[in-house]
Amino acid sequence: MSRLRAIRRVMGPPVGAVLLALIVASVILFVSGANPFVAFGNVIEYGTRLETLVESFNRATPLYLSGIAFAIAMRMNLFQIGVEGQYILAAFVAAYVGAGVGSLFPPLHVLIILVVAMLVGAAWAGLAGWMKVTRNVHEVISTIMLNAIAVGGVVSFLLGRWSIETASLDTRLGDIATTGWFPSLNPILELVTREIKRVELTGFILVAAVVGIGYHLLVNRTRLGFDLRATGTNPFAAEASGVPPKRTIVLAMLISGAVAGLVGMADLLGDQHFYSLRFPQGLGFAGIAVALLGRNHAVGAAIAAIAFGWLERASGILEVRGDAPREIVTIMVGVIILFAVIAYALAQRRGRIEAAAAAAAQVTEASGPDTEEADT
Amino acid sequence: MSIVREPPMITLRDTVMQGRRRWLVYSLGAVLILAATQMFAKQATDDLTSSGTWAIALAWSVPILMAGLGGLFSERAGVVNIGLEGMLILGTWFGAFGTMIGGPWFGMLLAAVAGGVGGLMMATAAVGFNVDHIVAGVAINLMAPGLTRFLSDLHFSDRGGSITQSPNISGVSSFSLPIFAGGTVFGWKSPDILGSIENAEVFWLSDLAGIARGFVFQMSWLTLIAFLILPLSIVLLWRTRFGLRLRSCGEHPHAADSLGVNVYKYKYYGVVISGALAGLGGGFLAIQLSGLYKEGQTQGKGYIGLATMIFGNWNPIGTARGAILFGFTETLRLRDESAAHALLLLVAIVVGLLLIWRILRRSGRLGTVQLAIVAVAVGYWYANSTGVPNQLPAITPHIAVLVVLLFATSRLRPPAADGLPFRKGDT
Repeated sequence: MSRLRAIRRVMGPPVGAVLLALIVASVILFVSGANPFVAFGNVIEYGTRLETLVESFNRATPLYLSGIAFAIAMRMNLFQIGVEGQYILAAFVAAYVGAGVGSLFPPLHVLIILVVAMLVGAAWAGLAGWMKVTRNVHEVISTIMLNAIAVGGVVSFLLGRWSIETASLDTRLGDIATTGWFPSLNPILELVTREIKRVELTGFILVAAVVGIGYHLLVNRTRLGFDLRATGTNPFAAEASGVPPKRTIVLAMLISGAVAGLVGMADLLGDQHFYSLRFPQGLGFAGIAVALLGRNHAVGAAIAAIAFGWLERASGILEVRGDAPREIVTIMVGVIILFAVIAYALAQRRGRIEAAAAAAAQVTEASGPDTEEADT
Repeated sequence: MSIVREPPMITLRDTVMQGRRRWLVYSLGAVLILAATQMFAKQATDDLTSSGTWAIALAWSVPILMAGLGGLFSERAGVVNIGLEGMLILGTWFGAFGTMIGGPWFGMLLAAVAGGVGGLMMATAAVGFNVDHIVAGVAINLMAPGLTRFLSDLHFSDRGGSITQSPNISGVSSFSLPIFAGGTVFGWKSPDILGSIENAEVFWLSDLAGIARGFVFQMSWLTLIAFLILPLSIVLLWRTRFGLRLRSCGEHPHAADSLGVNVYKYKYYGVVISGALAGLGGGFLAIQLSGLYKEGQTQGKGYIGLATMIFGNWNPIGTARGAILFGFTETLRLRDESAAHALLLLVAIVVGLLLIWRILRRSGRLGTVQLAIVAVAVGYWYANSTGVPNQLPAITPHIAVLVVLLFATSRLRPPAADGLPFRKGDT
């Protein structure tokens, strides 16, 4: 029974939030003149095609990495809103270096690109961490400003400087040689499925899985992870018990930034192979949604990332069929987040009240008769 | 804090610069620095102090000011409102939409209402359900662009706009103050006193006149109203019972609660007013400044507004000062490249003066050395360049925010219970 209740407590809020978001979306669809049942029927029909599923996982991969990057800092109550700037800056620099080194031994080439991206991401996040520990600048403000400086300033300026002439009008960097490409998983996937057309399952999904496992181990099995969680739960108690607060903050930001650096790599190494003005943006903010819905949990975030990835890809059909603009998904994601965080807050409060009641009951049970006698 | 540590010594600052007179001296000094920068700049420019620049700068500072005042109402009530950006976005869309239906005034009204609804959602989550304030704000910021994009597709696509922008709309008319800036009174073209002084090109005096004229010349009625909201906010927050109660909810909600103040109610008020102000700012941006709604046109002005409020030390006047500063850099970017280049010199001069100030006051050595490095670096850059990359003015506000926060955080004092959850009965 208690196990069932535990499952309900964990799964209840997100499932409820998704259901509510579905209702909101239905109302919006209905008001804008489409039949919600037909529209959702189309989405499910299109969304269960093999190609759409592959695309969903391709999208989920960077979302997941972004969510984990946010979650690492969030575990110690650091609101790292800067994933957006960190991954774009990191992808830009990594693309420049990756194209600049020419052709190399493939694993080495990929490794160089990944390391550069992680270092750049870590450095940019570390800057915010440094500002926090030395000058007490709140990380929300500093990361938002650093986002704007990275995207609107550094990348925009250097892209103009370093761009190459091409036939297309796109402002872009040079191509990364094929030795720096990440292999697709299609051949492996096709062992169990039919032939996949047009799309390729990104191999970077394995890297994301490794990062997820690493995150889980880091937070739950290492001393640093314990320090993170302790500081997040009660900073004063943590400091009193010997956790160095400044060092932990900087470390959390550095690790978070390093993971953020990987966010753009799935697209860079698996799909585009160069950086341009059209490089995907907004993954950093989407990652916040993933982490919030997944409660900063490695598996929860994975489910959230896949769900959001699927919603985004499968909803493309709405526009094709003329049911509604696909932006309805963005609204749904927002609604899901809002309802989910409210539901989590309520569940947490209820949990606390139940725990307090249970503790009170234990106390009265243990010492009840005595105290009653003493009182009278 | 600093007052306690300083030795009780009567300085020049205490004697000369008392109260409001201090403000006058500061402003005159600031104009003097601007005038000097212009005089010594490599490329001749008079845009740093021209009335045209300042009129536009004033208009561009309105969205930031509105967002900043919005943040003020919210944070004084103890709710950190990172969702201002989303409310600003709602304001831009509904402002443009309302203008298409019923003219610019209706558009502004609709923008305020839309922002207020955004604030209500935020308040419901953050105050009603005790969701972490930043999480709730982020949720609003995630939702708003999706909603506006969705609505654009429904309402703008078939009216000459597209999924990312609305058709062109027109703002409200503007006016010039008679006699001082040459406005017309019942058809009579009055003299333009400030304009004449500005054109005389007397060092400092003409610069003063130019800036002053910028505040009264070709100002839209909406800008005027926006700047009237500033004193109104001060009166509301510091001179009324409502304001006292609202602020008490941000400082010590449990104390307020024990005195019978309905803390929830005032927090709701604070956040909803906050959203409405941000909505107004967004509406102004779309209707008056851009002449259309366009996706991404807020460019993080909500965040900038929040940051201005923070380094305005949670005070309306400080917020307005920051907003005008950012409106000014924004204008230079749009208007004049050589003026933007002169901005480098200006930064070098200001940092240099700050350096002298610190040396005279014998402040900490590390900060002084850092400042010296900055001054020399910017000065060197200025001397060895003829222009600045056009990205620089765009990110100047963001760099300025970081620099100010790096050097000034010790002097900032947020409301004591800012950002903390409140639940009646829990202590």
